[in-house]
Amino acid sequence: MKTGTLTIFEKSRPGRKAYSLPECDVPKTPLSELIPERLLRDTPPGLPEVSEVDAVRHFTELSKRNYGVDSGFYPLGSCTMKYNPKINEEAARMKGFTQIHPYEPEESVQGCLEVLYKTGEMLAEITGMEKFSLQPAAGAHGELCGLMIMKAWHESRSDTARKKIIVPDSAHGTNPASAAVAGFEVVEVKSDENGWIDLKSLRETMTEEVAGLMLTNPNTLGLFDGNILEIADIVHEKGGLLYYDGANMNAIMGITRPGDMGFDIVHLNLHKTFSTPHGGGGPGSGPVGVVKKLVPFLPKPVIEYSGKSYYLDYDRPLSIGRVKSFYGNFTVVLKAYAYMLSMGPEGLRQASETAVLNANYILKKLKDDYLLPYDRVCMHEVVFSALKQKEYGVSALDIAKRLLDFGYHPPTVYFPLIVKEALMIEPTETESKETLDRFISAMKQIAKEAETNAEYLKSAPHNTVVSRLDEARAARNPVLNEMSRAAE
Amino acid sequence: MSKYIPNTDEQKREMLSEIGAAEIDDLFSDIPEKIRLKRLLDLPKPLSDMELAKHMQTLSDKNSDTDHYTCFLGAGAYDHYIPSIIDHLISRQEFYTAYTPYQPEISQGTLQAIFEYQSMICLLTGMDVSNASLYDGASAVAEAVLLACRATGRAHVLAAKTLHPESREVLRTYTKFSGITVEEYGFLDGAADLSDLEARLSPDTAAVVVQNPNFFGIIEDIKEIAELVHKNKSLLIVSCDPISLALLKPPGELGADIVVGEGQSLGNPLSFGGPYLGFFAATKQLMRRIPGRIAGETVDLSGRRGFVLTLQTREQHIRREKATSNICTNHALNALAATIYLTVMGKNGLREVAELCLQKAHYAYSRLVETGKFSPVFNSPFFKEFAVKYSGDVHKLASRLLEQKILAGYIVENDYKDMDNVLLVAVTEKRTKQEIDTLVERAVCA
Repeated sequence: MKTGTLTIFEKSRPGRKAYSLPECDVPKTPLSELIPERLLRDTPPGLPEVSEVDAVRHFTELSKRNYGVDSGFYPLGSCTMKYNPKINEEAARMKGFTQIHPYEPEESVQGCLEVLYKTGEMLAEITGMEKFSLQPAAGAHGELCGLMIMKAWHESRSDTARKKIIVPDSAHGTNPASAAVAGFEVVEVKSDENGWIDLKSLRETMTEEVAGLMLTNPNTLGLFDGNILEIADIVHEKGGLLYYDGANMNAIMGITRPGDMGFDIVHLNLHKTFSTPHGGGGPGSGPVGVVKKLVPFLPKPVIEYSGKSYYLDYDRPLSIGRVKSFYGNFTVVLKAYAYMLSMGPEGLRQASETAVLNANYILKKLKDDYLLPYDRVCMHEVVFSALKQKEYGVSALDIAKRLLDFGYHPPTVYFPLIVKEALMIEPTETESKETLDRFISAMKQIAKEAETNAEYLKSAPHNTVVSRLDEARAARNPVLNEMSRAAE
Repeated sequence: MSKYIPNTDEQKREMLSEIGAAEIDDLFSDIPEKIRLKRLLDLPKPLSDMELAKHMQTLSDKNSDTDHYTCFLGAGAYDHYIPSIIDHLISRQEFYTAYTPYQPEISQGTLQAIFEYQSMICLLTGMDVSNASLYDGASAVAEAVLLACRATGRAHVLAAKTLHPESREVLRTYTKFSGITVEEYGFLDGAADLSDLEARLSPDTAAVVVQNPNFFGIIEDIKEIAELVHKNKSLLIVSCDPISLALLKPPGELGADIVVGEGQSLGNPLSFGGPYLGFFAATKQLMRRIPGRIAGETVDLSGRRGFVLTLQTREQHIRREKATSNICTNHALNALAATIYLTVMGKNGLREVAELCLQKAHYAYSRLVETGKFSPVFNSPFFKEFAVKYSGDVHKLASRLLEQKILAGYIVENDYKDMDNVLLVAVTEKRTKQEIDTLVERAVCA
């Protein structure tokens, strides 16, 4: 095996150091008098020994082997990879935010509490909910929290027979997984030929054993389900609640609100719609908002305002409890707060309008080259299928890998599951027409290559720091850390 | 027009005409008229960058930060030293503006960093396998318990009363809806009460959770606990402070099956409680049940080493409702900060940090007790945090010290009702002798 970039362990040399610590300025007591010998480590952990410049060069080298939103176009469907404003990063690094202990008394943290309280209020206005909890750390965490609220509400009414949750076949994988963790049985409901929920199938499935329906609207096909009011009626008539997966909120800010559609519980992804960076896989933030009747069930503490000061309300007897320590991913919430303040109400609506415009432009420009399974106006993302290319033996994955050569992050592939060879493209509003045109022309070239040079696509990418990686080998023979490699 | 939206009005018109729509509204025709918002959202008017920066600074100034206040508060979040290279490196856009590494060819940086992180966590904990991190220490405890219940097919869990109160709360929330019973076992002289633990073990006990050092800062005898737990064929979950692992025997050597913990201490700022990271490591036997992302090594078509997300058949996007957890991503950027921290501190630095904490905490403890105004609560060995009982009203003491810009510590009575006037004091390597002496002086005068 050729090693390529060395690991930090391989760069380690005994005797080097990258740290600088003060001398111990208090009288020292021998270690053995403080901790019994049998509880102490025999040898220090085998962490690397490098100099500061080694450390800086190493992680800089690693960063160069990555691709971020600032590197270029990142149309990863369902992930809303919009630009992450720099001023928000700066705000989140102010010492009055980063150097605040979560257990400081309320009077010492009024600024932090104000950020949390006001963010909750703004999110409530955007979604048409009554109140938000900012505790959940991610979208999936918000889903889990929202489903627990749903369960607690039914239980509070002694309605204990509701063991099922309806999830559409087009849903994100986290929906059924969160439902299972919350102790629900998952029932799937089919999509119709429009890509909307099949109402007949919903009517049959929605019984008094069902706690509620989880729905993304616009859905994962990028389509707004125009039957939403009928759907809400069907679910509510049978005593169920409607859960809104806010993954696709970027399509509808200021245009329509989940609360007005009939949803009872909403989670948002601040790391998608509200511009906070994804960090290579987190930290995100997945606040949960609810309608009035569900407010008592929100996780505690809830942030309140007395008219004079902000405070943490722990006295919430019906609360589901905590889902996370402290008050959520505070500095992530803070970036979303700064984002909303800089966009304003018109800016947010324009963001959604432009996101939808950009997606429809791509739809129009590529529909002759790629199969469009649902040929209608889309919202903020468009789902194509690579079935045309499949005739030449080229898969959605091959197309994605070839896009890497053009300097783009590929779309989401093979999702949603109900579209074969899916290519899910979400441009977001922060991309210009010029960027979209260049991407479109790359996609057109790839469609041609599929017909004329399929082999070249199947071996793509050709210009990246590594070529296609053997994932089967990684799973079959797991090498998950430096030590297990050394043991090989 | 927002500076974050590049398309000009003219370009928008061109695009609309290309699409065949007369106006933007036509694109929203699927949304029923009845639910269209016919007004602007009721939100503040937009701020320019200058106004926004000023507004945020004003809010920031309303908080009491640990540069201006001397912090003896701990209780799960610690004011440790953060080397300056960390923020420089995690601020590289290639790291922080990237998504989860779904396309490994252009995500080798994130993936290799996760691999190195996993290696470091295994070295500290003495476990075989680490994941790429979870949200925080508390949710990591909850995920560990869910794993243990699935792995053993049992539904009873014993958690120490000395496990962080918020971890216990999160655990209760997570288990409440899935038919798992969580029972708590007591403590004796601040450490796990083994006879109480033994008495509560049942054939249905899936796991026992212990924190080390525990909420009171006390170092537990994990080995004795492990023996009891394993005799019952239950799994042992240890939640620990990663800094302490530079000094203490790794839980993996003492019989832990799952080791989790709050990773904030590793190079992540306090940030009013988050974002932090939860670390999660387990034995090889549990490898395919671990929640969350895991990176593994492999080769590319030309035999070059590379890294990918692996063992993905555990995960929600493949397994949906049968996944080992609903978790989708990790706290990659916080884990990266931890990786850089452990790189900087390295083999010897981390031990120095741990020893400084240990020495300073013991110095502070002796000085406070010497004053006669504070008395010991426990006599068990402790690491960087300790409980002392104040002879007066501890709430008044804390407020008076706050006026003098000292965050005195955590008031234990908030969570342990019968422990009135007990203060939990944390002393990290950042506290100087002078700061400790000032605390003692002011506490006596107060």
